[in-house]
Amino acid sequence: MAVKAPILELEDVHTYYGKIHALKGVSCTIPSGDIACLIGANGAGKTTTLLTIFGVQRAHRGKIKFKGRPIHHLRPEQVAAQGISQAPEGRQIFPRMTTLENLEMGAYLRSDKAAVENDMEWVFGLFPVLKDRTQQLGGTLSGGEQQMLAIGRALMSRPELLLLDEPSLGLAPKLVERIFETILEINKKGVTIFLVEQNAHMALTISNTGYVMETGKIVLTDHAASLLKNEKVKKAYLGE
Amino acid sequence: MAKADFKKFIIYSLFLGILILPMVGFPGRSFETARAFTIWGGIVGILAFWLVSKTVRRSDMYQRTAAHLAPFRNTVSRKFSKFPTKYYILALIIAVAAYPLLADNYMIDVGITCLIYIVLGLGLNIVVGLAGLLDLGYIAFYAVGAYSYSLLNLHFGISFWLALPIGMVIGGIFGCIIGYPTLKMRGDYLAIVTMGFGEIIRLVLNNWDKLTKGPNGLLGMAKPAVVYPAFTESGLGWVVYSLKSLHALYYLMFIIAVLTVIGVRRLDNSRIGRAWVAIREDEVAAELSGVPTTWLKLLAYAMGAAFASVVGAFFAAKLSYTNPNFFIFMESCIVLCIVVLGGVGSIPGIILAGIILIAVPEIFRELQNYRMLAFGLAMAAMMVLRPEGLIPASRRKRELHETDQFAPEDLKDGG
Repeated sequence: MAVKAPILELEDVHTYYGKIHALKGVSCTIPSGDIACLIGANGAGKTTTLLTIFGVQRAHRGKIKFKGRPIHHLRPEQVAAQGISQAPEGRQIFPRMTTLENLEMGAYLRSDKAAVENDMEWVFGLFPVLKDRTQQLGGTLSGGEQQMLAIGRALMSRPELLLLDEPSLGLAPKLVERIFETILEINKKGVTIFLVEQNAHMALTISNTGYVMETGKIVLTDHAASLLKNEKVKKAYLGE
Repeated sequence: MAKADFKKFIIYSLFLGILILPMVGFPGRSFETARAFTIWGGIVGILAFWLVSKTVRRSDMYQRTAAHLAPFRNTVSRKFSKFPTKYYILALIIAVAAYPLLADNYMIDVGITCLIYIVLGLGLNIVVGLAGLLDLGYIAFYAVGAYSYSLLNLHFGISFWLALPIGMVIGGIFGCIIGYPTLKMRGDYLAIVTMGFGEIIRLVLNNWDKLTKGPNGLLGMAKPAVVYPAFTESGLGWVVYSLKSLHALYYLMFIIAVLTVIGVRRLDNSRIGRAWVAIREDEVAAELSGVPTTWLKLLAYAMGAAFASVVGAFFAAKLSYTNPNFFIFMESCIVLCIVVLGGVGSIPGIILAGIILIAVPEIFRELQNYRMLAFGLAMAAMMVLRPEGLIPASRRKRELHETDQFAPEDLKDGG
């Protein structure tokens, strides 16, 4: 299916929370430069998949490769140094740091100050509202602004692969549209995006590839456009 | 007079009455009505003063006068803020340095204790204030410092100055030992484990007779000494001056405190400090930003422990004596109180709280048993009236002010 070189590969990944078997052999391949999305119901293991890629949760079995090199044995900060970044679910920004400090935290691993300044301007270009809020505490931003800040912070490490966990969660429809437009814009800059979403329609519309997850396994893999037409997907996730 | 305030006044008075009367009424075996009611009356008086002052402040006349005086007040405060902070700090340093010249031995001793607790507070602030790890066994590292110096000096004759860095390393190692098993823990669990660790250290010191002489403690460590060149009868030579006098010890402790303040300030503004704050705010988000949380948490414990260990060594050297009962759980509580009362994360706050919590109980020694009662009451009142601490850290103040003004929608429903 993918002609382009894969940037991220998961092979039969298993993750446990104590005795709970959360990921039961997840395999998928994300081509470089694409937008891929992972859809599924609550508790299917979508967030766990992202946390496992990052090494926050350990993969107990299986392989994770980034640009052909295995990363499943790395600690989160080492994964981040490879060029992967993640905007976590539920707007986990730093509530008692200002917007500016939040963004600076995103560039924690970088030492090229001038380039960081540049990227900060780029983020402000993507989310102009953040520029008016630089001195405001993260916790006092509105829900949408917090989501933008979370994405902006993830971009500050200048990633090659951006993992987004439910960027549309709890936002008004109009804001959701804005966020997805921005995601497309980020992708055009050459950042590969792996998106986890419950808003299946939106996610599939902007993606190249789609994965459907059920109880810890990927049950369907296809072009996003075909998934949008798939009867099973329509019934279960698109509410048609 | 607002009705709600009056109601509050009545309720508080009655509540404190129920609490205080039995506590202060039984100094001996019988209930002393007069004494109990005098103390309670005093407290009700303070509450009444609060009620009246609040009412006056609300009244039209006060508002109008305040409006008239506002320009004057602004000029005064502008005049004061024109002085750079440098001068205030300089004045404070001069005052602290001049203190022993004006005080008697007892007061100097209290001053040294204040400085010791300020350094302990600043050290604990790294763990609690910056990294957000609640530590109830902090005094254990103070004990580690004290015993490290004592044992090194008694068995190997190592001098105070050489023992300081060694003690810091040993303290840091102990910090990592307690830090490592608690890496995955948070909040209440962490508090219990650290508390247990503090007690383990004390009990080991108490029971390991061969090494520590148990509850008898260790005796006879050398005081810190300075060596300087001077002309003696046999020509130019080195003279050893042992810092035996309280004055000398005071100045030594003063230097340690100043160095600690400088060190903690630099940590606070550093990349490491920022990463600690990120861990405190949201650990997963910090991990995703590439912060090596494991190492930094261990480092926070180790740094905090190193500061405690330095003052521990000083403490043992000052007394030439140490015993396990100096390091009871209550001491950990007092240090934590200093951090919380002063304002978590605030260096000037911790300095002020250290002075208040250590010196004020000395001043009120006549109150005897009520000292702890007053202490507790003051802490409770503080937490209700001013939870951000005496001198809040700018970060905290900003947070409280901003959430007052516009709390975002999605924080109101707990989301």
